[in-house]
Amino acid sequence: MKPFAYHQPGQIPEAAKLLISVEDAKILAGGMTLLPTLKQRLANPPALIDLSKLGNLKGITDEGATITIGAMTPHAVVAASKLVQTKLPALAALASMIGDPAVRNRGTIGGSVANNDPAADYPAGVLGLGATVITSTREITADKFFRGLFETALEPNEIITAIRFPLPLKAGYAKFKAPASRYALVGVFVAKFADGVRVAVTGAGPGVFRVPPMEAALSQNFDPSAIAAIKIDTDGLTSDIHAEADYRAHLVTVMAKRAVDAALT
Amino acid sequence: MGNVIGIGAAPKRKEDQRFLTGRGNYVADIKRPGMTAGVFVRSPHGHAVIRGINKSAALAAPGVVAVLTGDDVAADKLGSLPCGWGITDAKGVPMKEPPYPMLAQGKVRFVGDIVAFVVAETPEQASAAAELLTVDYEVLPSVVGVLDAVGPGAPQLFDDVPNNICCDWELGDKAAVETAFKKAAHVAKLSLVNNRLIGNPMEPRAAIAEYEPGTDRYTLWTTSQFPHVVRFLMGALVLNIPQHKLRVVAPDVGGGFGVKQFHYGEEAVITWAAKRVRRPIKWVASRSEGYVSDRHGRDHVTEAELALDETGKFLAFRVKTLANMGGYLSTFGPNIPTNLYGPLLGGVYTTPAIYCNVKVVFTNTVPVDAYRGAGRPEATFVLERIVDVAAAEMGIDRVEIRRRNMIPKEAYPYQTPVLVQYDSGDPVGCLDGALVAADVKNFGARKAASASRGKFRGLGYSTYVEACGLAPSRFAGRLGARGGLYESATVRVHPTGQVTVLIGTHNHGQGHETTFAQIVSDRLGVAFENVDIVFGDTDRVQFGMGTYGSRSLVVGGAALSKAADKVIVKGKKIAAHLLEAAEVDIQFEAGKFSVAGTDRTKTFEEIAGAAYVPHDYPLEVLEPGLEEQAYYDPVNFTYPGGCHIAEVEVDPETGTVTLVNYTAVDDVGTVINPMIVEGQLHGGIVQGVGQALYENAVYDEGSGQLLSGSLMDYCMPRADHLPMMTVATHSTLCTHTPMGVKGCGEVGTIGSPAAVINAVVDALSHLGVTHVDMPATPNRIWRLLQNASLPVAAE
Repeated sequence: MKPFAYHQPGQIPEAAKLLISVEDAKILAGGMTLLPTLKQRLANPPALIDLSKLGNLKGITDEGATITIGAMTPHAVVAASKLVQTKLPALAALASMIGDPAVRNRGTIGGSVANNDPAADYPAGVLGLGATVITSTREITADKFFRGLFETALEPNEIITAIRFPLPLKAGYAKFKAPASRYALVGVFVAKFADGVRVAVTGAGPGVFRVPPMEAALSQNFDPSAIAAIKIDTDGLTSDIHAEADYRAHLVTVMAKRAVDAALT
Repeated sequence: MGNVIGIGAAPKRKEDQRFLTGRGNYVADIKRPGMTAGVFVRSPHGHAVIRGINKSAALAAPGVVAVLTGDDVAADKLGSLPCGWGITDAKGVPMKEPPYPMLAQGKVRFVGDIVAFVVAETPEQASAAAELLTVDYEVLPSVVGVLDAVGPGAPQLFDDVPNNICCDWELGDKAAVETAFKKAAHVAKLSLVNNRLIGNPMEPRAAIAEYEPGTDRYTLWTTSQFPHVVRFLMGALVLNIPQHKLRVVAPDVGGGFGVKQFHYGEEAVITWAAKRVRRPIKWVASRSEGYVSDRHGRDHVTEAELALDETGKFLAFRVKTLANMGGYLSTFGPNIPTNLYGPLLGGVYTTPAIYCNVKVVFTNTVPVDAYRGAGRPEATFVLERIVDVAAAEMGIDRVEIRRRNMIPKEAYPYQTPVLVQYDSGDPVGCLDGALVAADVKNFGARKAASASRGKFRGLGYSTYVEACGLAPSRFAGRLGARGGLYESATVRVHPTGQVTVLIGTHNHGQGHETTFAQIVSDRLGVAFENVDIVFGDTDRVQFGMGTYGSRSLVVGGAALSKAADKVIVKGKKIAAHLLEAAEVDIQFEAGKFSVAGTDRTKTFEEIAGAAYVPHDYPLEVLEPGLEEQAYYDPVNFTYPGGCHIAEVEVDPETGTVTLVNYTAVDDVGTVINPMIVEGQLHGGIVQGVGQALYENAVYDEGSGQLLSGSLMDYCMPRADHLPMMTVATHSTLCTHTPMGVKGCGEVGTIGSPAAVINAVVDALSHLGVTHVDMPATPNRIWRLLQNASLPVAAE
């Protein structure tokens, strides 16, 4: 690890100010991606801005029609939350499948969403539920937030403070874990709302994406059989030593069916 | 006073007191006064010429003490890293043995090859300086696979090794095999790959070296399975340090699996550098560094043919293998795919003629050497797979074809056509035991239940034998070993009767401190808690060859047993004097020397006391003291074996294979501590399951980059991959080891890959699948199903 300055601001404006005043400064949330990168000397940020002392970024709020989760809320808290388990069980289930217990106790929802790893779980939940990303300066809809491989709509001085989730009629998440890393080789989040179904896929491509033909079919008939014959185009899907693109495409259909199954049980 | 805890008991492990309370003493825990930090600069290229190295920026960096390169090694006229085995081809021509400099000279041959060593005040300063070293590489094309390496136009690693072939080795009667094939009613053929593995011991490699100018002595603390061998290879053959001036210490070591049974360049470089900088130097590898420098295992491409008569009797077996050696010859490298492979191709069967040809091939990959099982899992996999192929093709039940060919219990000792003679065994007994333990008769119902859930269930058998207890030195010498393979032990009885054992094997997870203490407790009637086992320090232990090849109990335990016998012999002489009886009338039992037929006795403690306070003692004919040493060189290998039965369930939708049941009935000879044996079997089986289903070291062709370079991409088996296992022993006693032991460290790893893959193939056989290469990943299984004869829709 190379030397860096360490800041622990107490207020969001202070953190945002540090973020623009120090060039290449990085935000430290749970550090589950950032710290290994630093340890391997693959990144050399001059400063880290630790968000752990910012008030009110942790915790889960029930607003009746929505649930808002603070950006610094660890995955384990979301997974164990009675509120989330009751009103949005698919999201609690998703959080319980991330990494291992150590990762779930350190890693945060804001960190995961801001990092937008192409195989992370939360982006599927956020996009699949059509959630809203709340930042230090504005609100961004999930459809506008994720922009492909590690890219998001965040401005350089913008800090995620919370994610607001609408409550679906039904929702489910099915994840095929990459054997070694246990990231999503393919993960599919399915959510049924009064006005239609959303299907979001992580792991299969360079970033989380929706599957309109499946959404249309499931809006007509919310049953696994409705999408069993829908095949995903392999163009743009990831091929690596664990899975070739056509296998990932196949898994999208299988996992989507299993996500619908999970939503129905 | 504690209790005698002898052979067959299962006390908790002595060593766990320190391990489980965080009081172990590993190399990384050790700090020396004035210690500096070393970092190795490694090649980022699979194959390149080093045009030049500019040290100046690195030398000028803060805290830097030294920067050393291959030119410095050449200037000091140091030796090449030695290979411990010299094999020959069919014509007796020795293998090609190009030099392996401890720091690369002129060329790098794999990603991870050591280019320079940077010493600085702190690890951070050394890492920062290492990044400033400028190496001018002329990058060459790499070749990583054995088939490519021997092909036309392949990049050549060494100017004097045409087609990258180190040795074209063979074993067996080629003509007899050809004759038998001509008479065969059926010939089964199989092409397969034995996947490349990375050992992954829990503790990464590490070393500290220190030089004392006052005594001209060196000390090397290293994560080694065989410190005495490191002292010999490094001192005598690389650095020219006299043996009495070099101490090698391997303290607590966190797992080895073979990865730590080689002499590595890092050890030589750090020891040499410690004298140059006149300060201790410490190096601790990261996991990532281990992936590109720890010796890898396996990596074969094989074509096998089995000739059978019309009844399914094996007539002859022919195997052709290309074995990957990586970029250089490691300590045991060429021995593994030859001498530890070919002689095992007989298995537990009466196959009368066997021929094996192995081309040992250099590639731009990490050197390949022994990894738990080492050659024997590869042999077992080829044999046990082709037996299944033959059974399927001939329409004979897989158990029945094995029975028809098994060596009957009463035929032992059994001479195979491939050098080795099995002393004892009962393959049929192991098979029968396993069939019951695995509840094979109800498999059909379980398969039907799986089918009702849309899953394919399969059962796989592996009836296997291995050769361990390495090794009879004379036999090994004929095969090309350049050293002995005996073991030594000293039993030091203290004046108060407690015992310290000094033994040349090394305990790095196997529970030796417990097992060996049980042997001493049993033999001498000394309380278990009054026995300590010392190992891993060339200044404390007389000599030893270390721990590998399931040899510690078989060879080291035998030396210990012999030394304990000598203690008893001497004790009887002392007792005869004290009890005023003839030596022949003295009996020793349960810790007491007594005169036969009388109630006159002396305790072991009394005899020890008399030996060290020899006031009433036969000084004219007997030396004082009670300490005995024995060396033991085995007369044969030992041949553990058994039957493993794996049961898997395949999800055709995703291709996922789940191991649902696993049964092993093994013949490991006498069991000293059943708890430790069970643990060894569990661990060994899991490593074999890892090879069968999960683990794969993958290189990028052309660039030679290791693609599976971390635990994010290299899949180790985990607890939730595994069912509860049924493990039992069905032992016959080894006829030539003092306690009848056979060894158990590797059996699990040797028996299990074939059992698991045979089960996967069985599960998919109704679709026309006849073979699955390892690892049977979901992606691979799904693709097989896509190409299989029956359509498998998503529903």
